[in-house]
Amino acid sequence: MSQTPTPEIVEALLPEVAELIVTALNLDVAPAEIEADAPLFGDGLGLDSIDVLEIALVISKRYGFQLKSDNEDNIRIFSSLRALTAHIASQRTK
Amino acid sequence: MKAVPLLGHASLEEIFAWRTDGPVSVRQFLADAMALAECLPDGTHQLNVCQDRYRFTVGLAAGLLRRKLSLQPASQSAETLRQVQAACPDVYCLCDGEFDTLDLPRLDYPSELAARPEAVNGIPAIPADFAAVQLFTSGSTGAPVAHSKTWGRLVLNGRAEAERLGLLRRGHSIVGTVPAQHSYGFESTVLLALHGNSPFWSGKPFFPLDIIAALNAVPAPRLLVTTPFHLGALLASGLELPAIDQLLSATAPLSAQLAAEAENRCRAPLYEIYGSTESGQLASRQTTAGQEWTLLSGVQLEQQGEDTIACGGHVEGRVPLSDIIEILDAQRFLLHGRHADLVNIAGKRTSLAYLNHQIAAIPGVLDAAFFLPDEESPDGITRLCAFVVAPELNSRRLQAELRQRIDPIFLPRPLVFMDKLPRNTTGKLPRNQLQQLYAEKVSHVGR
Repeated sequence: MSQTPTPEIVEALLPEVAELIVTALNLDVAPAEIEADAPLFGDGLGLDSIDVLEIALVISKRYGFQLKSDNEDNIRIFSSLRALTAHIASQRTK
Repeated sequence: MKAVPLLGHASLEEIFAWRTDGPVSVRQFLADAMALAECLPDGTHQLNVCQDRYRFTVGLAAGLLRRKLSLQPASQSAETLRQVQAACPDVYCLCDGEFDTLDLPRLDYPSELAARPEAVNGIPAIPADFAAVQLFTSGSTGAPVAHSKTWGRLVLNGRAEAERLGLLRRGHSIVGTVPAQHSYGFESTVLLALHGNSPFWSGKPFFPLDIIAALNAVPAPRLLVTTPFHLGALLASGLELPAIDQLLSATAPLSAQLAAEAENRCRAPLYEIYGSTESGQLASRQTTAGQEWTLLSGVQLEQQGEDTIACGGHVEGRVPLSDIIEILDAQRFLLHGRHADLVNIAGKRTSLAYLNHQIAAIPGVLDAAFFLPDEESPDGITRLCAFVVAPELNSRRLQAELRQRIDPIFLPRPLVFMDKLPRNTTGKLPRNQLQQLYAEKVSHVGR
């Protein structure tokens, strides 16, 4: 079910996912201010595990697939907005 | 001197835990603990940060066999590690994954233990008055406060909970979404596996799909040990749930609505546990059955002026509680919220005094105050806000400094820079002032 999305598809989806994160978490930044390659945790946006569950929920509603952490991918998926967007692009069912 | 067994099992062949490759017997667990005990450094303080519940518990047991004190701080931030090291200079860190231990001596959980199950011939006993575990709360002065638990009382604690949940008659497989180190997860997964007749799943499932996979990996009857937050996410996912026989929730208040939905969807009773790091767990209730809490076996409450004191049973000494409690009779009470300075976000506790101390200690911060807005809904997560006077610092820099000192969950969202704070003539910053400031500066954005 998963296919590798082209960089163009990921790039085009970035603003939508940024908007989704900012709205879901009520963040104090504009979606356009989130750097696509900066870390979402730690020194970047400073998200925590509660945020991850919130994001997972809105992703499942909007894009029709569930996140799971049974492999190391989880760290990679949440490493940056671009990585998360690429994962969504490859897994989405709607 | 009285000694209490490491495990409550009657036979070495009983199942102690479930891992991805199947069941682990009591015999295997003991063999692993004995083998790991041989590898432990000489220091008498063990900071066990193992993520895997089984490896954590092997580490705990190995430490008990070598008479080491297990340090279980509320956070694993760099500042916490430094404070632990300052208080216990011989501390070493037991890890099972990537974890920055700074300059603390470190033992990585061996990938192959030289375990000899055939050599295990019984369950060892540990002196009842041995101080086995130290849990921490954030004090009001910036330094964490330690709460020691003796092995004897920990065993009583596990047994009292198991009795309340009916596990001594009928053991359950436990799936926990909470860490093994913190008080609730420690008591309701680790102690229940050791002395509550109920093997745990070694993982700590996080996403709804993970929780379902973990439940499917263990045999019925199943007990899900979770929090309102994980439970809310699990139900909101809309996924079909495997058979669950009991649900347990703690760390934060659960609304009657979410409790009813959980019971409905899982066709299982949901119990809430009330307790604190200082006292251990004290009482339970079935949320849909009413507001009253019933004390665990042996535990008593006493009213002393404004404070309610917990004592008896597995409680160490006389512990003043930080919640406002109305005692109904010898067994039952009502909870009316917490004292003003305390903060509980998604189950993590601290105090505003502690947070204010931490932010004020950052070079460049001239004045600062944390503020906890009124909760919007009992099941939602309310974030802290901080007002800060720091002309030389920017938001990113200050957040990075704070991240070194406090748990990420307490990071202010938002952080509001000010020219000065509206302190009154005595230098105080009353909550209503902060409330007003919050209304002016923050509440018009977002929600």
